Amino acid sequence: MKHRLAVNPIACTGHGLCAEMLPELIRLDEWGFPIVSDRAIPHDLSPLARRAVRICPELALRLDPAAADRKVAAQ
Amino acid sequence: MTRSGGPAAPPTAPHRPDQLGAATRLTTGWQESSRAASLLRHTERYGPLPRRGSGRALIDAVGQAGLTGRGGAAFPTGTKLRSVASGRGTAVVVANGMESEPASEKDKALLARAPHLVLDGAVLAAGAVRADEVHLCLPRNREWLIAVIQDAVAERQRAGLDRVRIEIHDLPHHYVSSEESALVHWLNGGEAKPTATPPRPFERGVGQRPTLVDNVETLANIALIARFGPAWFRRAGLPDAPGTMLSTVSGAVTDPGVYEVEVGTPVGQVLAMSGARPDVDHVLIGGYFGSWHQIDQVASLPLAPAGLRAAGASPGAGVLLALPPDTCGLAETARVLTWLAGQGAGQCGPCAFGLPAIADDFTQIATGRLTGPALERLERRLGTVTGRGACRHPDGAVRFARSALTAFAADLKAHVSRRTCLAVRRSEARRPVLPIPRPLGMEVWQ
Ligand SMILES: Cc1cc2nc3c(=O)[nH]c(=O)nc-3n(C[C@H](O)[C@H](O)[C@H](O)COP(=O)(O)O)c2cc1C
Ligand code: SF4
Ligand code: SF4
Repeated sequence: MKHRLAVNPIACTGHGLCAEMLPELIRLDEWGFPIVSDRAIPHDLSPLARRAVRICPELALRLDPAAADRKVAAQ
Repeated sequence: MTRSGGPAAPPTAPHRPDQLGAATRLTTGWQESSRAASLLRHTERYGPLPRRGSGRALIDAVGQAGLTGRGGAAFPTGTKLRSVASGRGTAVVVANGMESEPASEKDKALLARAPHLVLDGAVLAAGAVRADEVHLCLPRNREWLIAVIQDAVAERQRAGLDRVRIEIHDLPHHYVSSEESALVHWLNGGEAKPTATPPRPFERGVGQRPTLVDNVETLANIALIARFGPAWFRRAGLPDAPGTMLSTVSGAVTDPGVYEVEVGTPVGQVLAMSGARPDVDHVLIGGYFGSWHQIDQVASLPLAPAGLRAAGASPGAGVLLALPPDTCGLAETARVLTWLAGQGAGQCGPCAFGLPAIADDFTQIATGRLTGPALERLERRLGTVTGRGACRHPDGAVRFARSALTAFAADLKAHVSRRTCLAVRRSEARRPVLPIPRPLGMEVWQ
């Protein structure tokens, strides 16, 4: 299954560790909070993405199914 | 108007030719009295609470009626009912009567005059999704409204009307404490702050049970559909957006207030009904999560989601605010953005840092006191916060700010070349137009 990165913005404290690990898919805004790419994670970056998820000290980063059924969730 | 059970005729008054688009469903009897309709009066108006039919039948009727949420997002109510009904465990119904939008009055007006229509809807919705509790959420600082609803619930109890329990709650009142996950969090004993989703309330909400959160006007419409059916409901409004909606009109109009209009009534017509001054140039559509527009670009458009989409607008919770022509729209927007920035729950970085920065850039532009390239900075920042909060508070504020840059593009030029416009000087001396609630004094979220 294809995945994409997602941040729980309430849990995230802006350490920026994730962006160091995976600059290809995560950059930081001017206040140090991550802007994650919403595209499906390319195959070759998948191991790094999993490491970024594990390294986040706040458990704020996660992998979501890339084509989540957002019919009701979109409201 | 007296009505009894059976296939009742709809309580729709004939349209007055001078108010094409006006309709009287939710507002039946409002002309006669501004007080809350007693249970007796309510039953005379609409007929008794219908008891026939299964929950499934009501869900189907609401789906066929094409009712969408009146709390701002216009999500199909039938779909939401179905999701909650198919969840695991006994469901819960939450009626959202918080109305945190400062320029909106419609939920207050509805609750204050037709409390039983809202309560009927909540009870019927509970029956449809097999819920055993209804929680009605009201803002703590509107004691008078809480008293009206308490009286109405007591009246129903004396009459032995409902099988479900109805609880009234008074929540702390911040702009975002009325967002659905904030209601659920508070009802579960937490702070009235939005929570990260998923799970969403319809999956796991109050007491971890499937939870239907609906706006009070949406629920009142469910009470009408249960009585008069989907075909009747569709007699007003548009095929893809049926029914009526409550619209709060204010600003440079002679008769500000809450109007019930068919969904799809042209924006210009609603403004004309309320006596908008002919020299008004700009209108705010949808409130502080909404957008500014030049009147001549939206006057002929239907007040309905699809019809407004092309102009980048949406009816939201039905707010229309006509900007007085001698008022600076940029200065008004800056003031509201500053307030919105302070109304976030301070939980998410992009909202807690981004919105104050955006409000500050905007204020610099509006006052002509720029530090550096404020407009470029603002545009860059507007591009980075959308979709990055736990709730859509930042998205709404960004949309509002962006629309002002477009609608007031001519003024913007003058402001950015460091000459504040004439209107800003005049409006600094005037009373502000866009309403901002009094500060609560303390940061109470519990
Ligand atoms: C910041 C924020 C504030 C909101 N405030 C209200 C409100 O005051 N009243 C309301 O009915 N819905 C409000 N909503 C929408 C609710 O989250 C929810 O979608 C709505 O109550 C669902 O009811 P409906 O489907 O009947 O519209 C708000 C949403 C957000 C993001
Ligand atoms: S590592 Fe975790 S807490 Fe730090 S910025 Fe990334 S998501 Fe946020
Ligand atoms: S986006 Fe803002 S208002 Fe919404 S939960 Fe996060 S901090 Fe609170």
